[in-house]
Amino acid sequence: MAPSRDRLVVSASTVLQLAPHVVFRFDDTRQRWIMMAPERLMLPDEQAVEILQLVDGKAGVSAIVDTLAARYTQAPRELIAKDVTAMLQDLLDKGCLASGPSDAAG
Amino acid sequence: MPPAEPRIEPHVAPGVEPPLALLAELTHRCPLRCPYCSNPLKLERASDELTEAEWRRVLGEAAALGVLQVHFSGGEPMARRDLVALIGEAAGRGLYSNLITSGALGGERELQAFAEAGLKHVQLSFQDVAAADNDRIAGLSGAHARKSAFAQAVRAVGLPLTLNIVVHRQNLGGVDQMIEMALALGARRLEIAHVQYYAWALTNRAAFLPTRAQLDTATRTVEAARERLKGVLAIDYVVPDYHGVRPKSCMNGWGRRFLNISPAGKVLPCHAAETLPGLSFPSVRDASLADIWYRSEAFNRFRGTDWMAEPCRNCERRTIDWGGCRCQAFLLTGDAARADPVCALSPDHGVVETALREAEQPVEAFIYRQYG
Repeated sequence: MAPSRDRLVVSASTVLQLAPHVVFRFDDTRQRWIMMAPERLMLPDEQAVEILQLVDGKAGVSAIVDTLAARYTQAPRELIAKDVTAMLQDLLDKGCLASGPSDAAG
Repeated sequence: MPPAEPRIEPHVAPGVEPPLALLAELTHRCPLRCPYCSNPLKLERASDELTEAEWRRVLGEAAALGVLQVHFSGGEPMARRDLVALIGEAAGRGLYSNLITSGALGGERELQAFAEAGLKHVQLSFQDVAAADNDRIAGLSGAHARKSAFAQAVRAVGLPLTLNIVVHRQNLGGVDQMIEMALALGARRLEIAHVQYYAWALTNRAAFLPTRAQLDTATRTVEAARERLKGVLAIDYVVPDYHGVRPKSCMNGWGRRFLNISPAGKVLPCHAAETLPGLSFPSVRDASLADIWYRSEAFNRFRGTDWMAEPCRNCERRTIDWGGCRCQAFLLTGDAARADPVCALSPDHGVVETALREAEQPVEAFIYRQYG
């Protein structure tokens, strides 16, 4: 059961989902999205919320970037890809995300 | 959308906000006798503890008030037979629940029931890596073996595990082995937390406060491991504030984020707050949690910055560290409204410097905490 000692590095083909025991939900009191993980409470901003809503254990990172690029045509795709990858890697390193069921790397 | 890169960070806004987290101290009963125990010197009796029905009501009030996370703690919370019911109540209210335990009572059967009731995470304490050292600090023989079995049970039922190890001059040299132990037990997080000097720990301070050289070696070890284990093991490292230049942002500010409920139902801004004289803390038996949070004298006494004197009042860090710790200010200066003497700007900083000089002289003896 011990977690892997290898760090997963996010690439365009990586498929991610929320880690078990991570809760991402809307909080009625504060009227905003929150993410809770063991010993952590995060308050994602609008852009982070939009990305997290696309993390579903099915879409690969490149598909998530495509969706966002289609929504925000004025932003260069490479810039979106860079921001999305950095955010997902950070959350993966914090243990908030895990590789998705269909990701071979998992 | 894009230009600015997406950010995730704690939210900071002016005014009194709803609390984020509740520490539910279900009982002061505990099979361990750690000589740095952070519970009050005068422990609350089992016969005074809130009932299951009272805790259920309090959890509902907490969720309605805006609390997001509940930490079930103690004492040893597994000494309460209704713990599984309270975890279920918390889950039903949408609260994210965490169990803070010594692992000395119960095992896989209980953990399976907790997981099914909706528990999200377990934080398990160890006192040291080697069994003999662990059990000597815990004041309980066989404790290390029980904790190790408990850690395996946590992973067996699929719950995420954090290890918490309190460090001090007598075990600080073993930080590398602590990290290896956390990996071997399947933890994803490790908290290496220095003793904080309140209650029993203040009594035993000379036996625990590390030297500067010890601290610097441990800090280097942790920083190297963090880099090496990025994405594998997160290491939270709380340095002893006596060795700092600026005080810790205690509780992220009095009455800003956090509330604590004692076994008998007293509502506190932090779990050591009862050491402060002249403050009376309301009970959930007498008032609603919302009333206590927003309107009680105790929660408003050190809230914000209006209570501050110099050097805090005009300090550029006044809304970063919030004047440091009120309990520490009282314990070391006799006045809870003074700056935390850990701050090098405090006129009382000499008391901390004296303690640090004393730390250069080795003292090993300590006094065990006793229940009751």
